[in-house]
Amino acid sequence: MPRELTQNRIQKIWIPSKDDKPSMPRISHGGPHLANPPTVIVMVGLPARGKTYISKKLTRYLNWIGIPTKVFNVGEYRREAVKHYSSYDFFKSDNEDAVKIRQQCALAALRDVKTYLTEEEGQVAVFDATNTTRERRDMILEFGAVNDFKIFFIESLCDDPNVIATNILEVKVSCPDYQDCNKTDAMEDFKKRIECYRMNYQPLDPDQYDRNLSFIKVIDVGRRFLVNRIRDHIQSRIVYYLMNIHVQPRSIYLCRHGESLHNQQGRLGGDSGLSTRGRKFAGALAKFVEEQNLKDLKVWTSQLRRSIQTAEALNVPYEQWKALNEIDGGVCEEMTYEEVRERFPEEFALRDQDKYYYRYPSGESYQDLVQRVEPVIMELERHENVLVICHQAVMRCLLAYFLDKSADEMPYLKCPLHTVLKLTPVAYGCKVESISLNVEAVNTHRDKPEDVKRGPSTLIRRNSVTPLTSPESNKKPRMEGLEDTIFREVTPTQLTLCSPSHTTLALSTQNLKKCSTECHEPPQLCL
Amino acid sequence: MDTFAKEFHRRTRCDSAASRPQFTNCPTMIVMVGLPARGKTYISKKLTRYLNWIGVPTQVFNLGQYRREVVQTYKNYEFFRPDNEEAMKIRRSCATNALKDIANYFTKEQGQVAVFDATNTTRERRGVIISFAKERGYKVFFIESVCDDLEIIEENIMQVKLSSPDYENYDKEEALVDFLKRIDCYKLSYVPLDEEKDRHLSFIKIFNVGSRYLVNHVQDHIQSRIVYYLMNIHVTPRSIYLSRHGESELNLLGRIGGDSGLSSQGLKYAKALAEFIRGQSIKDLKVWSSHMKRTIQTAEALGVPYEQWKALNEIDAGVCEEMMYEEIQATHPEEFALRDQDKYRYRYPKGESYEDLVHRLEPVIMELERQENVLVICHQAVMRCLLAYFLDKSADDLPYLKCPLHTVLKLTPLAYGCKVESFYLNIQAVNTHRDRPPNVNIARKTEEALQTVPEHQ
Repeated sequence: MPRELTQNRIQKIWIPSKDDKPSMPRISHGGPHLANPPTVIVMVGLPARGKTYISKKLTRYLNWIGIPTKVFNVGEYRREAVKHYSSYDFFKSDNEDAVKIRQQCALAALRDVKTYLTEEEGQVAVFDATNTTRERRDMILEFGAVNDFKIFFIESLCDDPNVIATNILEVKVSCPDYQDCNKTDAMEDFKKRIECYRMNYQPLDPDQYDRNLSFIKVIDVGRRFLVNRIRDHIQSRIVYYLMNIHVQPRSIYLCRHGESLHNQQGRLGGDSGLSTRGRKFAGALAKFVEEQNLKDLKVWTSQLRRSIQTAEALNVPYEQWKALNEIDGGVCEEMTYEEVRERFPEEFALRDQDKYYYRYPSGESYQDLVQRVEPVIMELERHENVLVICHQAVMRCLLAYFLDKSADEMPYLKCPLHTVLKLTPVAYGCKVESISLNVEAVNTHRDKPEDVKRGPSTLIRRNSVTPLTSPESNKKPRMEGLEDTIFREVTPTQLTLCSPSHTTLALSTQNLKKCSTECHEPPQLCL
Repeated sequence: MDTFAKEFHRRTRCDSAASRPQFTNCPTMIVMVGLPARGKTYISKKLTRYLNWIGVPTQVFNLGQYRREVVQTYKNYEFFRPDNEEAMKIRRSCATNALKDIANYFTKEQGQVAVFDATNTTRERRGVIISFAKERGYKVFFIESVCDDLEIIEENIMQVKLSSPDYENYDKEEALVDFLKRIDCYKLSYVPLDEEKDRHLSFIKIFNVGSRYLVNHVQDHIQSRIVYYLMNIHVTPRSIYLSRHGESELNLLGRIGGDSGLSSQGLKYAKALAEFIRGQSIKDLKVWSSHMKRTIQTAEALGVPYEQWKALNEIDAGVCEEMMYEEIQATHPEEFALRDQDKYRYRYPKGESYEDLVHRLEPVIMELERQENVLVICHQAVMRCLLAYFLDKSADDLPYLKCPLHTVLKLTPLAYGCKVESFYLNIQAVNTHRDRPPNVNIARKTEEALQTVPEHQ
């Protein structure tokens, strides 16, 4: 006899009711299609090849689609261990003391990777370092084998001196290592640093030595890719993502449709047209777009009347996406919040308890929206200048992706009517400019009520999507107490801690640059 | 509420009525490259089937077929010898004809992608194609299949070459010997795509049936989708089982949509399905259901772990949810007629169309391609979409495919296609299939509209 089912009140998920004894273990928590063994993504490449850029971007994407991912940047560990960076001499391969320290840093990072994946419910760890020698990579493979982690390499190869120089100027010259240098000196030193690595660089070899490994070589900033032995779903998604991103300068404009008749009445959803003020906004938007003077702007709308009417005023071709339609309010569609509170008081309360997971009866949740909107994100990555005219909940989902916001924050992000958000990729993050077009509109934002208590923990199921903010990199990477159980058959010399003269055990918080509220740029980091 | 027709005309600046932009502006030629028996035709047909299913009009142009038209009977491998001048002339003219037909497909038949399935193993031949495309503003994307595993090649030959019209009068052994000599004829002049020399071209090189890929200069959305698809398909033998949920309470009442539980017959089916699956002794079977009660109840009866996909939910009938067809006719007669006029594209007010369903199901198809043995417990419209993908059915046929309750379809890839076995598990159920009535005019009478409605309580 099949078990009785009940519907979970927040997510409206059918589950076997509590009184029945489960006959089979339920598929448990996590993001879509979690490979049971966790995965370690290992970056490979000379300095200034975009490894950290890729690490952070990929991590942001994986967290947004609900796969807990974290970056472990070995350079940060090195900066903790060696307080003051003097010059490229540190990176010379014959600098024995430095070599020892660097080895320690790698081990410390791997130890933290192991903790993250085995004790902190991480699914993917991105090991961001040069990893340019076979010796180093073999050590990592051993680490993976011992701990039952899958290993996937991402190698970035680039010999275009212009690209390299641009990278150095954008993210290296302003890095903590070069605080006290002027730009030219920093550039010179960094180039010499690269040379130190180049001599011992052994790229991945798909024909012989590395033919059984799973990896992707990204060549010339995505001009060409070599993909070897993809072994599971997550690797396939990672490869697809990497093949769709680019580094061309561009801007993404997000805005909502102009104020609609329903907005004026305080009604949710529906498919009403623009109000007079909404039409005024559409006109203002047209002017704004013209003033931006953009090359090849693509305009996307949803398939709801109010966003299409807004796009029509621009007098340019636009594309409609059903995936950009506003969240489906189900039985609450077209009601005012007061009506919802009156007719469905329980639903109203449940939504405030857990706005991200809450699914309107016969409607959708923010969680559903993220899954729905993922192809739009992928396509946004492929394009250059795009204006997306969408809706409040949808815009919150998109914004959460670009600004690395978690599921908790997403439903409360401020996306007011008649305001355009201009997102421009900068260094490792995204600059946001908020431009109000000065046309009056109602406020449709509802903050989280003060007195709301979180309900019982919501179910996380396979194929569910729960964006997470990319975890902060270890502010205080630990160098002491390295376990020698991490590695089998590791030579004793590799495990000894550095002599006190070379390490500083007093840990201080890193010198992180915080930006103004307008700017969401994460701290500058480098290897 | 705007009628379907008005809706269509309203889109002045936006051409597509589909639920997502297709992002294809100029036509694209996909050019296969590789020695014989490297899977080019397999890839051509499979890719074409996928592109057509997602709504990109695609057609294969197989050079071998052109050759068979001209040279009525195949004698032996000598036709393919590089020094056979007469044969060379014929083969070149076949290529020219195929290219002409491709141009015609793009300009007169609204095609968007043409797959040129031939060996295209010389730089010279590829040069001809590139010039042809450049003159007309077509994009070119090469797919090269490289394989030197003799076992795989012989398996390919056994599976699809020996039964080809060329070898009708040969016995198996002789055919194999002849075909291997045929391959040798090409080997001498074969120049593979080169990372350096061909770096301005857009291509993917597939090594050893997908263990490695080299992707160069992907230009646009469609090429990116093609690459993703190619990297997810495999040739490991497996079977896909498609079934609907057991009969539901709303099925019994003749009502569409909703989220009701199983009827007593439905529960019986769930048990029968469990027994059937056990009987099939499937290795590592994955079971997928939708988020709706009726499929989950059905999956529960199997007693094995299963995954829920919201993407597998039944088509959203919007304002018509939980109505009987008679009620729809009574309250929305015009909508009801419009739906019969174009069942694939028709979107229920505040609901979905089959076309929307296809886009919603695309990630499911992609994951089905990656997986091996899978049982999908879903719904009528959803099952029709999935079936149309596997059996290469058109948008016109799709909404009328027969997917009765209490019947499991077992799909097994075979050669270039898919074998289908249908298992009716002998548990009575209502019929939910509504054929297209003869009169689809908005002005039709009620009896005409309800002519094909199946019986219910």
